[in-house]
Amino acid sequence: MKRFAALFTKLDQTTKTSVKVAAMAEYFRDAPEPDRLWCAALLSGRRPRRVITTTKLREWAAERAGIPLWLFEECYPVVGDLSETIALVLPPNTREDDASLSETITALRKLDKADEETRKAAILDAWDRFGPTERFVFNKLLTGGWRMGVSQKLMTRALSQATGIEEAELTHRLMGSWTPDSVTWESLIAAPDPGADLSRPYPFYLAYQLEDAPEDLGETSDWLAERKWDGIRGQLILRGGEHHLWSRGEELITDRFPELARAKDFLPDGTVIDGEVLAYTDGAPLPFARLQPRIGRKTVPKKLQAEAPVILMAYDLLEWQGEDIRDRPLSDRRGLLAEAVGALPPDAAIRLSPRVEADTWDGLAHARAISRDVGAEGLMLKRLAAPYLAGRKKGDWWKWKVDPLTIDAVMIYAQSGSGRRATLYTDFTFAVWKGNDLVPFTKAYSGLTDAEFREITAWVRKNTLERFGPVRAVRPEHVFEIAFEGIQQSPRHKSGVSLRFPRMARWRKDKPVSEANTLQDLQEMLNQYG
Amino acid sequence: MVLTFTDSGIYCPAADAHIDPWRPVPRALVTHGHADHARPGMGAYLATEAAAPVLRHRLGDIALDTVSYGQTITMGGAQISYHPAGHVPGSAQIRVEVDGEVWVVSGDYKTVADGLSTPFEPVACHAFVTESTFGLPIYTWPDQAALAAEINGWWAATAAEGRTCVLGCYSLGKAQRVMAMLDPSIGPILTHGAIEGTNAVLRAQGLPLPDTVQVTPATAIADYPGAMVIAPPSALNSTWMRRFGAVSTGIASGWMRLRGVRRRRAADRGFVISDHADWDGLNDAVKATGAERIFVTHGYRQQFAHWLTEQGYDAGIVTTDYGGESLDEPTEETAP
Repeated sequence: MKRFAALFTKLDQTTKTSVKVAAMAEYFRDAPEPDRLWCAALLSGRRPRRVITTTKLREWAAERAGIPLWLFEECYPVVGDLSETIALVLPPNTREDDASLSETITALRKLDKADEETRKAAILDAWDRFGPTERFVFNKLLTGGWRMGVSQKLMTRALSQATGIEEAELTHRLMGSWTPDSVTWESLIAAPDPGADLSRPYPFYLAYQLEDAPEDLGETSDWLAERKWDGIRGQLILRGGEHHLWSRGEELITDRFPELARAKDFLPDGTVIDGEVLAYTDGAPLPFARLQPRIGRKTVPKKLQAEAPVILMAYDLLEWQGEDIRDRPLSDRRGLLAEAVGALPPDAAIRLSPRVEADTWDGLAHARAISRDVGAEGLMLKRLAAPYLAGRKKGDWWKWKVDPLTIDAVMIYAQSGSGRRATLYTDFTFAVWKGNDLVPFTKAYSGLTDAEFREITAWVRKNTLERFGPVRAVRPEHVFEIAFEGIQQSPRHKSGVSLRFPRMARWRKDKPVSEANTLQDLQEMLNQYG
Repeated sequence: MVLTFTDSGIYCPAADAHIDPWRPVPRALVTHGHADHARPGMGAYLATEAAAPVLRHRLGDIALDTVSYGQTITMGGAQISYHPAGHVPGSAQIRVEVDGEVWVVSGDYKTVADGLSTPFEPVACHAFVTESTFGLPIYTWPDQAALAAEINGWWAATAAEGRTCVLGCYSLGKAQRVMAMLDPSIGPILTHGAIEGTNAVLRAQGLPLPDTVQVTPATAIADYPGAMVIAPPSALNSTWMRRFGAVSTGIASGWMRLRGVRRRRAADRGFVISDHADWDGLNDAVKATGAERIFVTHGYRQQFAHWLTEQGYDAGIVTTDYGGESLDEPTEETAP
């Protein structure tokens, strides 16, 4: 644990990418193999199963610290992180420990079957053996809430530096459903067998938002334009007689969308398709809100499936007849994709994402302008000559989204953030006018600069009207422009609407609250775009 | 009541004087020179001899009388004396006795010696007015020797890489305390103007500070390889930093105890060093006074008062206008 805690400290003490990568590469070179594997697992979101409830951890920590539980609970929102709160309130450790990361995790997992007394004794003992940083890291392992300020992309870069294997290749090796129990360092990283994991997906290629004028991209004939559909990006894999569906977040979501089980009746083994899972009926996509109830569920009741049937809107073909074709130009891949899925019957639940035809950028701009009317978020522009890359890369793929909808709203509640933003008020509730009343309709957390968050925090402290637990009702005095991507009817909200991706676009210090928008304005937007 | 809590400050009717008032009053008893405790516009000021130079430096030509620690003066029906608070050089707790009843106002304090300020002395009293800036059990401070090693280690490593250290510290007290902890054999110590102003005042009082060089528009950083620059925290995010080229930044503050705060300030290093008492310090101080009534002011007032009530004290909270330890100093001290 000491070595891993030291790595954590190095990562935590710098904001410089190069220093972080160097620190991780050193770890991947020098640490024992089981520890390297666990480090790669943790930094790619694979956590050990939680063996102790956080309720128990809070109780035991308070007891050991000699403070009442209510006082511990007062500390938690100030720190904004449970593992850190525990590490901070405990008395200094009296012993030392040399157990490695993997040994510590193995010991932890054995507690899964132990009775409560044994668990408590083991945890209290561990807390007394670890110094402050090790203790914090240990608590992170216990609670599973792992974030180390390092993206999987950076971790992969470090791994590449340490092993000499190319980054894109490593990204692919790290995909899929492996755990440190199912693989070894050797079989996952150093010398993998390509047939070992038939469900393993390819890394997704992600686009940046287009910032310059589209004309700068050259001739429209070099580009494929298609709708940017608003669903869940997914990768459908047909191999070994099975089908697997992965989300962009590398979650296996096969069972949530049984509609796609029939794909293997229509497509040959050794096919991998990149596409968008959409709720879809009568030849048109349904709003994202209709898909949402299906996302959180492991299995789908018949009724829900009938209400929001899904399809895969196919964008790209990554593997065909068992061959990885990502290096071929998009024009070739798209041609094969059109042949494979262009003429499937509706019950195959796979459709080809249609090309948006236009000879000029003006024509495409017109097509983009009607995006909301066809249930899309904008256009995607993809260079026809480009291979399918791994991760977010500039140059060949661009998202060209429609401008967000905006509304001016009054801030009425504030709540402090968590983690990095724990001592700031960052979570706000906004309202619009209904006659002389302010009706809350959305929350928003992002969009302000750190300096603006500090300014509004100082203001909130001085202008609190009432407290409800962590939430403060504030004087209705500030107007913010709220930007959002879509609007839906919602019986669960007092205002009757819910917004998609709301954020604070601007602090309208120039506007008095009387000039904020009204519920009527929101309803008109709902009629137009909902 | 020996003291009452008013809209202008903590008031002693028997002496007709306010302690650390935040609105103009005829007579102010001032615990120390920080801007939230010593404000302009008072008719007359009373402070310790050691606090006086800083007060004059900050507030200009004021009607200021001084006392030494422990000296008792009679003011109306009250006996007033000032006792070391250990917060910054010259800082005091103010003891007020009226008809045999003793109240003590802590101002800001810390219970551990910092090597520069006269160390905190507990004063027996019936009622104690305590700050609570760090009044939660998550705030406990590492010992000063370990911190000095940590800061000097960072400095030496950064200097070895050919970069400059810039350390953000509150300009009165914290900065000088940190400078006294530095190992001048590592390299030269440069200071921001706001800090050098306070240094000059404290040096004139005879406080032992290492040699420093003030940064001016003419300063060329190439002349000072491996330097440690001491600046107010707000300067770290300003254009003032450009002159130093490749830097490693640090902030010295009790708030650095929290990872979230440290990360939000986006400094490379955070050093947990405060001139306020930590959780154990607050509890020890309260206990050492022997007081039964405790009034909790600026900080985690509700939580600390609730805790003290559970410990058997008659504890309540008091609203004041003091800021405690802030990462953002008042603008008057951040001008270059």
